[in-house]
Amino acid sequence: MSDQVVVAPDGHTNLIETEYVVGQDNIERKLGPFGFDIHNPVFVISGLTIVLVVLFTLAFPTAAAEFFGWLRPTLTSTFDWFFLSAANIFVLVALGLMISPLGKVRIGGTEAKPDYSYAGWFAMLFAAGMGIGLMFFGVSEPISHYSSSIAEGAGSPDSWAPLAGAAGNAEEAYRLGMAATIFHWGLHPWAIYAIVALALAIFCYNKGLPLSVRSIFYPIFGEKVWGWTGHVIDTVAVFATLFGLATSLGIGAEQANAGLEYLFGIPVSDFSKVVLIAGITAIALLSVVAGLDAGVKRLSEINMVMAGLLLLFIIVVGPTVAILTGFFTNLGAYAEYLLPLSNPVAREDANFSQGWTSFYWAWWISWSPFVGMFIARVSRGRTVREFIFCVLLIPSLVSVLWMTSFGGTAVSMVNEGVSAIADASLELKLFAMLDGLPLAAITSFVGIVLVIVFFVTSSDSGSLVIDTITAGGKVNAPVPQRVFWCIFEGLVAIALLLGGGLAALQAAAVSTGLPFAAILLLACYALVRGLMSEPKAAGAKSPAAKAAE
Amino acid sequence: MYSKIMVPVDLMHVERLGKALDTAADLARHYGTPVCYVGVTPETPSEVAHTPQEFASKLDAFAGEQAEKYGLQANSLALASHDPTIDLDKTLLHAIQESGADLVVMASHIPGFADHIFTSNAGAVAAHAEVSVFVIR
Repeated sequence: MSDQVVVAPDGHTNLIETEYVVGQDNIERKLGPFGFDIHNPVFVISGLTIVLVVLFTLAFPTAAAEFFGWLRPTLTSTFDWFFLSAANIFVLVALGLMISPLGKVRIGGTEAKPDYSYAGWFAMLFAAGMGIGLMFFGVSEPISHYSSSIAEGAGSPDSWAPLAGAAGNAEEAYRLGMAATIFHWGLHPWAIYAIVALALAIFCYNKGLPLSVRSIFYPIFGEKVWGWTGHVIDTVAVFATLFGLATSLGIGAEQANAGLEYLFGIPVSDFSKVVLIAGITAIALLSVVAGLDAGVKRLSEINMVMAGLLLLFIIVVGPTVAILTGFFTNLGAYAEYLLPLSNPVAREDANFSQGWTSFYWAWWISWSPFVGMFIARVSRGRTVREFIFCVLLIPSLVSVLWMTSFGGTAVSMVNEGVSAIADASLELKLFAMLDGLPLAAITSFVGIVLVIVFFVTSSDSGSLVIDTITAGGKVNAPVPQRVFWCIFEGLVAIALLLGGGLAALQAAAVSTGLPFAAILLLACYALVRGLMSEPKAAGAKSPAAKAAE
Repeated sequence: MYSKIMVPVDLMHVERLGKALDTAADLARHYGTPVCYVGVTPETPSEVAHTPQEFASKLDAFAGEQAEKYGLQANSLALASHDPTIDLDKTLLHAIQESGADLVVMASHIPGFADHIFTSNAGAVAAHAEVSVFVIR
């Protein structure tokens, strides 16, 4: 597909009439030799607040560690019911839209053509949305749930097992462990992304509003979204994106460092992690300066091919038949446990539902403005039905396959007596598993490279998104701005890692996830409202345009 | 001498283009060649237009105004870009082929320090185009 397209008619959409002009609140000046074009006050407020948080964390590391150490469990256990209910609603809304007549609406107009091929599109979805997580948790999460479920005390209040566990029953513990893992990487996270992405895409491409989170809320707040209501929404989105990204960068640095020690004896230290984050930020910088097509998309595609090869390798050298049949039995287990696992109230497995599920949902939600906006930007020309099918169902199936291959192989190795995997720390479990398979030196190295490149593809797409939000929805702001945000993301990750460690990063992400979850619930309503006023079939006009005739 | 003149225009900053537009019109009248006004838009809503379609019709109207003002034969070519900040040079080079122009008349700023890091668009087009490029400062 060509990068440059002669503009062709896109058919009909139902544009929203507003006096607001994209960039009207922007400050456009020159600072030394560099021009900039930033939204006032979103850029200023979000930039300054983040600097203050970073300074506080660096100046008072102990107090910061204590504060963040308290904040995360407090939020996830107090608001577990809220996070779990919200995520369930997102899944229902997304599936509902797919099967409803609104599924016929096309993003960008009734005759719009897709911008990207399926391959490029999928590559970008995964690279931005889940890459690092799949590498980190692909082995460690199934093993953790399996171990806690099979343990003797499973089901007791101290246990971390999902639901009641399956003490002593290996087969059931495996099923439960896989169901719980897939639950965290399946429909729910992708529904969160899909809702945000679809809402942004519709309000930007079909309604003609700026590509910014506030635009989604036009049906609710009207012209007020251009004032402080909108400033707050966009600022929260910037926080969520920055801290959500920093968390992943922290996790990525931790795992890459652990892997490098395992392979090459490079010591795990703050210094190594800082060097890793700096190096990776530098690559991300090259990518954002090369642009969306030549940088971000190309890296995502390279990553996808590498991840696909690693997956294929595991399937072939691992227990092939067990993985292939496991794909279906795990899907069955997921279906069986889906309702009890997503139940938001009266849970007896507080450690699991609050420590794992609630934290995950907060984390996905904090990522959603970033991943959602990025998905929105590359999804023009798809119908709503196609969009949800491709952003919700297919990625969920890929997650099932990934978790079955990595987790299933690891669990079977543990059962055969390879205790190293169970004993290894979270960030090392992947490498401990690869060590038990042939060609370990090569695959572990590929694993580290994948972690690093997934890290880069999240960082570069995140910079583009923050740049767009803080430029009031402009995607053509001057280059130094995206450079600024890319460097800033690295700095925030470094500062929080040094100040309070991973706990600080995760707490920061979760605390932005909470307000954003509320914002997203409103977004569901606005999205349905927005879709109802769109024309559905090719050649059709919007309901409003028909009424006017 | 020339068969078609391409003039890249930034609809956001038409006021900065006066000299380039005048020069292009003079050349067009002198050689009796038509002018193609080229514009690049992001696919997302911008200051200029809500949709690429709307951008194309505004650019066409602009070309019509120019034709009337200078007594020229003019048309327009609108291109959409995924990432206009970065891809503008590439898009303009593509537009030269698409429009069939053999002369580009293009406005540019006076080079400064920043041009050592990020070249100007006119500089990049002049460096890579196979046709003549007249950079107006």
